[in-house]
Amino acid sequence: MLSLSNIFETINMIDKQHLDIRTITMGISLLDCISEDPKRCCDKIYDKITRKAEHLVKTGEAIESEFGIPIVNKRISVTPMALVAGSCSTTDYVPFALTMDRAAKECGVNFIGGFSALVQKGFAKGDELLLRAIPQALAQTDFVCSSVNVGSTKAGINMDAVAQMGRVIKETAHLTAEQDGLGCAKLVVFCNAVEDNPFMAGAFHGVGEADSVINVGVSGPGVVYHALQSCKGQPFDVVAETVKKTAFQITRMGQMVATEASRRLDTPFGIVDLSLAPTPAVGDSVARILEEMGLETCGTHGTTAALALLNDAVKKGGVMASGHVGGLSGAFIPVSEDEGMIAAAQSGVLTIDKLEAMTCVCSVGLDMIAVPGDTSAETISAIIADEAAVGMVNSKTTAVRIIPVEGKTVGDMIEMGGLLGSAPVMPVHQASSADFIARGGRIPAPLQSLKN
Amino acid sequence: MKAIVTVIGKDQVGIIAGVCNTLADCHINVLNISQTVMDGFFTMMMVVDLTLCDMAFEPLSAVLKKYGESRGLSIRIQREDIFDAMHKI
Repeated sequence: MLSLSNIFETINMIDKQHLDIRTITMGISLLDCISEDPKRCCDKIYDKITRKAEHLVKTGEAIESEFGIPIVNKRISVTPMALVAGSCSTTDYVPFALTMDRAAKECGVNFIGGFSALVQKGFAKGDELLLRAIPQALAQTDFVCSSVNVGSTKAGINMDAVAQMGRVIKETAHLTAEQDGLGCAKLVVFCNAVEDNPFMAGAFHGVGEADSVINVGVSGPGVVYHALQSCKGQPFDVVAETVKKTAFQITRMGQMVATEASRRLDTPFGIVDLSLAPTPAVGDSVARILEEMGLETCGTHGTTAALALLNDAVKKGGVMASGHVGGLSGAFIPVSEDEGMIAAAQSGVLTIDKLEAMTCVCSVGLDMIAVPGDTSAETISAIIADEAAVGMVNSKTTAVRIIPVEGKTVGDMIEMGGLLGSAPVMPVHQASSADFIARGGRIPAPLQSLKN
Repeated sequence: MKAIVTVIGKDQVGIIAGVCNTLADCHINVLNISQTVMDGFFTMMMVVDLTLCDMAFEPLSAVLKKYGESRGLSIRIQREDIFDAMHKI
């Protein structure tokens, strides 16, 4: 029997602690849209997306209303476009992004992911053309997100792709300079990218997935933060236990919404992504959770250990609450999207080097970091290489979403708006990595890859 | 279908009567009531059965919300499943 306190605990989580479903993402395979004629291919893509996701937004809103739980985003992910467009007799892939954008607008979603390529071991024809099209694609569309997987534990790191992505990011920043390099906020460079990630900008629908699928990303940093306030000064065993219990509750709600959405849309349920995804709202910050554990400012000594505990406890609590766990699952540490991270970066305590260390123990990587506009493509590539190495060796997903903001320098602020937030421009090392990046080739897969 | 109605607001005469009348007008049967006053705030949850209610969820939710606003109360209705999911194993 539900008690009064149970009911009001849930209502307080939603009203005061920012508990929400961060995203319902419908993954749609576009493999059956492949055609030699690019125009025909685009038509098939548009038709399939708008047919499959026709009721996605309406269904999400109905669930919100009936269950009283906000569902912040409804989104779509599709098969990596390089695979779909690769067979077309064209060298210009921008029209494919425009088609995705048009379909997203028709469906009413706020992002569509999958203008992507998987090049961890090398480039196929479609991959090269897609990478070339990314800057224009992101500049000419509103909702399209792009991702490129440049490394994996199994394949090693494709350093040619790493070098090229440094240039792609610079060009994207240049083409969207009027919006503080907004295009770069929609571009993720991965190592060990996952096929069922519901979160943007890195979502795409993997080739091992069903024709269409519903993946759900939960959130709830505010709820965890609030729960930890009740165990001030207690040992870490208590902290871990408290996080686990909270993560369990949050995930159960996510699982329920995922099951309901899957049933109503007559689309198979894929996974629940157990992520603590912050927003720029006060009280919805991962950094503040780490500070609640006893750190004066996020980024100081002890931050990595605090994040390791948090990330692990979120998974342990969540895994029992969901039938299928997937995606990125863990704590996110995007700088611009987290009020506490922004403050820590502004104070100079949180640096890129510390963030890199933190990515060894959290669910993704260097995320939503603004750097000076004069940062060279090679330096950006080297940052990507470092991050990819962390992912490759630790058999985990890592990613880089970095924004070299033209005309801005250390200490300036940039405004992205909405969930993307605002970010202080952070310093990078001035010593050159150009000769390192110029080598190209592949960094071999580590010993960890030889598990057979 | 079962749902949970929650009512929060400043304590005053006739809250339960008023809410129950509104529910009765919508053909909603009340199965259980749990209520207390916390720090001067009236707090109530009702388990209700919507089987005989012919309104869709959204307009029903709006009717309750509107009644609540007329008396300075926050009234909401949510399907029971969300609470079951979070508080029962």
